Amino acid sequence: MNQNQFEHTYRKQWDQFQQLLEILEKKEREAGKPEVPLSDFPQRYRQVCNHYGLAQTRHYSPALVDMLHGLVLRGHRQLYRKKNGLLWQLVHFLVRDFPRTVRQHGCAFWLAFLLFYGPAVAIGTATYFDSVLIYSLMGENEVTSMETMYNPNSDKVGRSLKRSSETNFSMFGYYILNNISIGFRTFAGGIVFGVGAVFLLLFNGLMIGGVAGHLSHAPYSLTFWQFVLGHGAFELTAIVISGAAGLVIGYSILRPGPYRRLDSLRLKAPTALRLVMGAALMLVCAAFIEAFWSPVVLPPSVKFSVAGVNWTLVTLYLLLMGRNSRNKNES
Amino acid sequence: MTVRLDTIVRYQTPEGVELSLLPAGPFVRGMAWFIDFAIRAVCYIVITIFLSWLGGIGKGIIMIGLFAIEWFYPVLFEVRNGMTPGKKAMGLQVVHDDGTPVSWSSSLLRNLIRCIDLLPLFNMVGFFTMLLNSRFQRLGDLAAGTVVVYFKDATRVITIPDYPPQPAPIPLTLAEQRLILDFCERSGDLSDDRRRELASLLAPLCGSKSPENRLLAYGNWFLKGKGAA
Repeated sequence: MNQNQFEHTYRKQWDQFQQLLEILEKKEREAGKPEVPLSDFPQRYRQVCNHYGLAQTRHYSPALVDMLHGLVLRGHRQLYRKKNGLLWQLVHFLVRDFPRTVRQHGCAFWLAFLLFYGPAVAIGTATYFDSVLIYSLMGENEVTSMETMYNPNSDKVGRSLKRSSETNFSMFGYYILNNISIGFRTFAGGIVFGVGAVFLLLFNGLMIGGVAGHLSHAPYSLTFWQFVLGHGAFELTAIVISGAAGLVIGYSILRPGPYRRLDSLRLKAPTALRLVMGAALMLVCAAFIEAFWSPVVLPPSVKFSVAGVNWTLVTLYLLLMGRNSRNKNES
Repeated sequence: MTVRLDTIVRYQTPEGVELSLLPAGPFVRGMAWFIDFAIRAVCYIVITIFLSWLGGIGKGIIMIGLFAIEWFYPVLFEVRNGMTPGKKAMGLQVVHDDGTPVSWSSSLLRNLIRCIDLLPLFNMVGFFTMLLNSRFQRLGDLAAGTVVVYFKDATRVITIPDYPPQPAPIPLTLAEQRLILDFCERSGDLSDDRRRELASLLAPLCGSKSPENRLLAYGNWFLKGKGAA
């Protein structure tokens, strides 16, 4: 069969295939019904692949081969594209996948937990008993600003002087920008063999622990703990999980097992991403609570009970969610 | 196996045909990044100016906007068609290394890890990582399994000077035909002497009398179909 015959015989099929492609690529939403049903797409695609191979081996003209290559490339993209059902995925993610992934990476979680709370508790104890130690962690101005933030006489608890005029909503934006960026950076730092994640966990642990220890004296201690415990449940846990995500990718490069380091990284990266996106959603909750609930002045008993409820909720969520449907989905 | 001179990535599909992708190098990607950077900067300025009228709520939205643009600006464009405006302007597209369109998770991955590629300044980590592998992938691309490729317009029309078509004396492979077509396509930009000099390298194929015109004749033959003149 020469090229002209070949083109003559199959031109119609290629046109029909192209029509299907355009519908799938959503360029022609309003175009009427295609000549062939969409369900024929895989079969048509394989035919075009076949024609492309034939055209190549028979040394047909480059223009024809290029045209078929273009069709194959577009068809390949449609047939093998990863499906996005965004909203549904989000729901599944929240009620099942995220807590399950956290549990599956218990080691990374607890290691990140230790890297964060270890130095936090140590330095916190130290700054509690040694009231000048805090100055080796941060400058004098910062310490003063922390102290004014949690001074019980301050009418805007939890705000530094510079931010004392901000409304709750603007603080919400500030917490989103600041805290989620920290979470993302902790995760991304993991790609440098885990070093970045470890560093940021330790650093944040030291800073938060140091401040907490220093402010655990009268007159600050009651205002401080009332303010931070409520959103801390979400915020601190999310920082630990972001760190765990960083550790997961770091570890996948350091100990690739049977894979090449790059392949091992690529295998683990989507799981780590799941952890850090979950952590980001938790940080959105944290920002909401920190901006709208934490500054509200209420009797300490109420504030502390709510904080207790939050910590219990986070723990139960991570421990229990998505357990029952496991067998159904993995079979 | 022949020595590879180009950076084309070949991927074999389950149907047994081979697709080729042409990864984009650091310079053109840098240009794309710069265009995106300019667009982002304009976005920052515009939302800051407009929303600062709204007081507290406005300030909150500004900061959420900053956060969203900083981390998700590329993602929103890439999941639609693989192109941020900068990439589109430079003719680039992000795809998985098997040629399929980039997914949410891959796009998120490559753009979260961007903050390491940016370090310590001017994208240095990303730049050196790109030089160290054959597909010009930065760290984020390596983790997500994505490549930035030239978006090839499949319907590109090759135009060559008209000449009465003539079949080649021996059957030529596709690669050889393409080579001759490339010559024909560029022959307008070459001086007559240079054309003759290049074409005379193929003396066994096109004889010694005006070989460049013989090549044009073959090119016309390949392009316009066998005997379709």
